[in-house]
Amino acid sequence: MKAQDVLDLAARNLRESLLRNSLTTLGIAVGVASLVAMLSLGIGLQTMASKRLMHSGLFDTVLVSSHRQFRGFGGGMRPQPTETRTLDEAARATIAKLPHVLEVYPEIRFATEVRYAGKPTFANVAGLPPSAAQNEAFEDAQGRFFSGPQAEEAILLADFAKELNPQVASLLGQEIVINYAERQPLSNAAEAGGFSLLRRERQLRVVGIVDREPYSGLRGMAGAGVFIPLQLAESLNVMQPGDLRGLTSAPEAKGRTFENLTVRVASPNDVEQVEDAVKKMDFGALSMLDATRNLQRFFAVLDLFLGIFGSLALAVASLGIINTLVMAILERRREIGIMKAVGASDGDVKRLFFTEAAAMGAVGGALGVLLGWILGRIINLGTNYYLRRQQLPAENLWLVPWWLVAGAIAFSVLVTLISGLYPAARAAKLDPVQALHYE
Amino acid sequence: MLHRAFPARVSTLYHKDTMTSSAAPEISTSALCRYYQMGSAVVRAVDGVSLTVGHGEFLALLGSSGSGKSTLLNLLAGLDRPTSGAVVVQGRDLARMTPEELARYRRQTAGIVFQAFNLIGSMTVQENVELPLRFAEVERDTRRQRAREALERVGLGARLAHRPAELSGGEQQRAALARALVNRPAVLLADEPTGNLDSHNGEEILKLLREFNRTLEMTVLMVTHERALAERFAQRIVFMADGRMCADGGPQ
Repeated sequence: MKAQDVLDLAARNLRESLLRNSLTTLGIAVGVASLVAMLSLGIGLQTMASKRLMHSGLFDTVLVSSHRQFRGFGGGMRPQPTETRTLDEAARATIAKLPHVLEVYPEIRFATEVRYAGKPTFANVAGLPPSAAQNEAFEDAQGRFFSGPQAEEAILLADFAKELNPQVASLLGQEIVINYAERQPLSNAAEAGGFSLLRRERQLRVVGIVDREPYSGLRGMAGAGVFIPLQLAESLNVMQPGDLRGLTSAPEAKGRTFENLTVRVASPNDVEQVEDAVKKMDFGALSMLDATRNLQRFFAVLDLFLGIFGSLALAVASLGIINTLVMAILERRREIGIMKAVGASDGDVKRLFFTEAAAMGAVGGALGVLLGWILGRIINLGTNYYLRRQQLPAENLWLVPWWLVAGAIAFSVLVTLISGLYPAARAAKLDPVQALHYE
Repeated sequence: MLHRAFPARVSTLYHKDTMTSSAAPEISTSALCRYYQMGSAVVRAVDGVSLTVGHGEFLALLGSSGSGKSTLLNLLAGLDRPTSGAVVVQGRDLARMTPEELARYRRQTAGIVFQAFNLIGSMTVQENVELPLRFAEVERDTRRQRAREALERVGLGARLAHRPAELSGGEQQRAALARALVNRPAVLLADEPTGNLDSHNGEEILKLLREFNRTLEMTVLMVTHERALAERFAQRIVFMADGRMCADGGPQ
């Protein structure tokens, strides 16, 4: 029998007992929907968690130091000069060119006097890279992020801002002045590498206020109350605590040296590669790689369990298919006998039942995905309503990627085909003489 | 053989290229047995039947119920397999065919008509007649045309779109007859074709069978217990009792 005729006859048979076949299909749909729902919940949770962690700057960062290895804190062992490679601008440029590296920046932090409305206050100032705009600390910030990498603007930590003015919001748009010591290279060639210090001050406009410190690397920014664009901070040439050692221990270095650099990587998956590349350059590298690995393992197990629970519903649905098809054989016993008498082969009968099962699976699968998606939307709306009531930002707990849609439909067709195996074989083996005797 | 005596009104459409020589029998069985297990007892439904039917013969199998005539017909139709013995149709032994070959035999060589018509209720008359052509993988347009021709031949040209339930018994049996001949079989097997019909309709069906036998050169084998009808239409009558042939009228 031709494929078109098999489809034609199968469609006719499915229409013939429409109610029963619709209910069976609906059973598959519910099974697929529960599978899709469980898996989308797992994927949604995983995406949310990794997005949060990405924004925390923990898992996509490699800390590069001039030492080949980070020493234990307690051992009192100082790195030997031979184990140290100079981390200068040239090394920074080389690291920046590694694949998957988004940006490389030094940690710039200095203590300063901040004047606002004529009153002086002491604070730490820290440079923020442009990528910090994605940091979760800015999700509920007042004001905005820096308008440009060189903008003469400042973002204040709310706790520090309260010291300047208890009406924190009124600080937005106001000017503050910071004092600092600028490092000026000596013009005398004989004194290469040496520098003098000059007192400077800079006027900055307050553009944003954050409640939490934007975490921008493994070292963090502990204690900073004022944040300025990193490029601006670099151009200020502020004297850094490490500069003195750079001067004495690495006289061959051109320009500035860094104690360490923070490398931001495109995705947590690329961290390992970048870390290895940096180590090959004879620098020390540190990342939270192991922590991300454990996290991925946790979500793999979570997805597995959610998938198993979802599949249980599909297993029940597949029993429904077997039941429906076995019933159909009893009901269509005579019809099968007639078909065989007029020349249908066992294979024809088998294909016919198989096609009917697959059709119910495909329709049920598509319907199930739709149902699962609608269910997900409803749960999303519900959770977001709850989160808003708790004054928390909205989250999408539910994610239905396209591969899940395709996979769920393919899986349901596969399950129905397996369910159809037994009934189809049974129908094909029906003895036509007995089938036609039956009245 | 007898069919030569009739004017050869063979339609071109139904013309058979494979005219078997009159010497070779169309159907022959030898020591054919079919036993059933019924609990602990063995029922010998067909018990050593050796029958030879020539090409173009119209043979009636007569016998009371339980005589084994229907079982013999099922064996000839390839619906059942013999316990022992051979069923040779057009030179091929059905007992040795694979299920796939047997299915091909049923759709190419043998046409079957049942007492209970056995039309599929959810299909129109035309679709019922087209069904064997679907299994034979005939193109849709050809299929429609051949089904229509077959139905016109049995006088149902105006009832193509009706469902079997909308037809009278006689009409249903004529539709079944159209289905049996739509694949242009060499052998037409009829199992009590008049059993569910009144005498008028029964006669009509037998007239059609005789017409096919003569004009299409089909070998017709009919199981019946109506001796009068058998004597009027068949060329040869074989009597069966207890699974055995007990009398052979021979070609008249």
